[in-house]
Amino acid sequence: MHAFTPPPLPSDDKRWKIVNGTMRKNGFARHALIETLHTVQSSFGYLDDDSIRFVAQSLRVPLSQAYGVVTFYHYFSLKPPGKHTLTICAGTACYIKGSDKLIASAEKRLGVAPGQTTGDGNISLMVARCVGACSRAPVVLSDGEVSGEVTGDQVLAQLERWAVE
Amino acid sequence: MTIEELEQIARSVHEENAKYDCEINVCLDLACASQGAGLLKDALVKAAEASGKKVLVRRTGCMGPCSHGPLVRVDPAQTLYRRVNAGDAEKIVSSLGGPPVPELQCDLNEHFEKQVRVVLENAGHIDPEKIDDYISRDGYKALLTALIEMTPAGVVHRVTESGLRGRGGGGYPTGLKWGTVAKAAGSGKYVVCNGDEGDPGAFMDRSVMESDPHRVIEGMAIAAYAVGASKGYIYVRAEYPIAVSRLTTAIRDARRRGLLGSEIGGSSFSFDVEIRLGAGAFVCGEETALIASIEGRRGTPRPRPPYPAASGLWGKPTLINNVETFANIPPIIRNGGKWFFSMGSERSKGTKVFALTGKIANTGLVEVPMGIKLREIIDVIGGGVPDGHKLKAVQTGGPSGGCIPAEMMGLGVSYDALMAAGSIMGSGGMIVMDDTSCMVNVARFFVEFCMTESCGKCIPCRAGTAQMFTLLTRICDGSATMDDLVLLEDLCATVKEASLCGLGQTAPNPVLSTLKYFRDEYVEHIVHKRCPAGVCALQVPAEVMA
Repeated sequence: MHAFTPPPLPSDDKRWKIVNGTMRKNGFARHALIETLHTVQSSFGYLDDDSIRFVAQSLRVPLSQAYGVVTFYHYFSLKPPGKHTLTICAGTACYIKGSDKLIASAEKRLGVAPGQTTGDGNISLMVARCVGACSRAPVVLSDGEVSGEVTGDQVLAQLERWAVE
Repeated sequence: MTIEELEQIARSVHEENAKYDCEINVCLDLACASQGAGLLKDALVKAAEASGKKVLVRRTGCMGPCSHGPLVRVDPAQTLYRRVNAGDAEKIVSSLGGPPVPELQCDLNEHFEKQVRVVLENAGHIDPEKIDDYISRDGYKALLTALIEMTPAGVVHRVTESGLRGRGGGGYPTGLKWGTVAKAAGSGKYVVCNGDEGDPGAFMDRSVMESDPHRVIEGMAIAAYAVGASKGYIYVRAEYPIAVSRLTTAIRDARRRGLLGSEIGGSSFSFDVEIRLGAGAFVCGEETALIASIEGRRGTPRPRPPYPAASGLWGKPTLINNVETFANIPPIIRNGGKWFFSMGSERSKGTKVFALTGKIANTGLVEVPMGIKLREIIDVIGGGVPDGHKLKAVQTGGPSGGCIPAEMMGLGVSYDALMAAGSIMGSGGMIVMDDTSCMVNVARFFVEFCMTESCGKCIPCRAGTAQMFTLLTRICDGSATMDDLVLLEDLCATVKEASLCGLGQTAPNPVLSTLKYFRDEYVEHIVHKRCPAGVCALQVPAEVMA
């Protein structure tokens, strides 16, 4: 029985060191899988085959299990995000205050469905389950920044600003 | 750290604060921050410096009535200002020592008078990133008192005596749960805090974790002492980055002060806490699914028994409580179980925090004694339904709860009364709906949520919610018949009875409660192809048109 050697970093991209750091902090324990995937996503923006393979090998988790975890949780994305991300909250309070209309107008303007990115890779349209800012519903996140009591016109204006920059 | 040292810290904070003539507290919770409260605080600091007055400007957590934000409170006068922006900073600072600024004053006396603050006693009063602020308001006193003066069994007894029930929604008696874990054989027990607030439309736990993070940690440490655990996890939604950062800071500071770690307070008790991030799965609010997720696996529930109290995290006895449950513990230890027991209704003790949202004038976070009438929450605390619309229903319990119609606003808020009305207490989301909401569409919204969030392990939930969604969609688009309604009711019964975990077992509740109180709306959609609220776009078939 020889000691386990973690696989080499996929490239000399510094972000892999951050990913490795999370695993090392957890002693390369199998239960660090979700924590590590979070680090990959926050470092690279999404999870691709190479990164899932690397994490699975490093933590000695079967690839099928790692892939199973990635696809189970909504927070993990297998596609690279656009340059900008518009996230419309569809929690109950936002729904009662008409977030479906905001989603429809953003869909129409961008020509993509929620979860997709425009063909030029500029804008991703996302729908959130609830961001917890319910008292100011409907809520929209523009590149992570929260705005409340948002109107359809404000959504379109934001998309316009991103389109022309 | 001893109680004397704790008191010394509190004294020095009070002495430091006494150097100032007044304090300007700025709410920097999510709702206020999204309206420029950050810039406002900077402007207030600048104005205060320029004025030469002795003013302390403090960043605080949630003050409550978010719809009036950004909020600022000037103490000791306790003047509350609403909709303050950076341009108002100089006006506020120059008014200090004289009469307040009338145009910014916020008159919400009735809103606050009906509330009782136990869990939220520090929210809006302390800087959540300063452990000494927490200590200055009796923070960690309960923990050290428990460690020095009480036995673990004594702590369990006090919690049992308080009558506290789980605030995550189920309402299981907390003392009973603690007692079971304490008695469980085996070492290496765990304490887990469920901060996976997945109920859309609820943000009580986020606010508690962000506004007063040490309270949660202290509650967990007391629980660990009571049940004999030495390791804890806080499972927080990844969608709450500020809560994660506040808790991280709080854990670090508590370790530095010797309030987490080994031999706390000179006793033989050791306890430490780690944060685990959720990844966006509603089912992880279910305790066995949450455990699977902490272990790094897909968050699928498993049948109980064994309950986590016997075999939980990594097979060890595990105590799982919700954020608000832990937040209630320090005051119960400090003030006694009888004090807590004296508040509330017959079988629901203490207070409950609600996230009041939807079609209501004062949206935000409120804390009320159990037993308070829904009408008082809606009309007095909430300020009623705005824009001349009529109250139609109040939704509690999120996707596991139900809609309570306007006629039943005389109902007192308690676990049993809400359940008897076809809803549940839930974690504390309270969404007000007016005559512009279609109840069939609301039911469809929740069923769609449960369908998407079903983990897929058991068929009644996986397939049942999908079929329920199809039937509700048919009703909403006008293609349903009365037979579909029969089928829907039948399916609700199956999903409720046969699902593996709470998600599936409660998924039919929004449908059943709207069918119970708003059946006419379903019939109106099916028979007359009309949506009374004007929400659903029904395809009217030719024969009805003719």
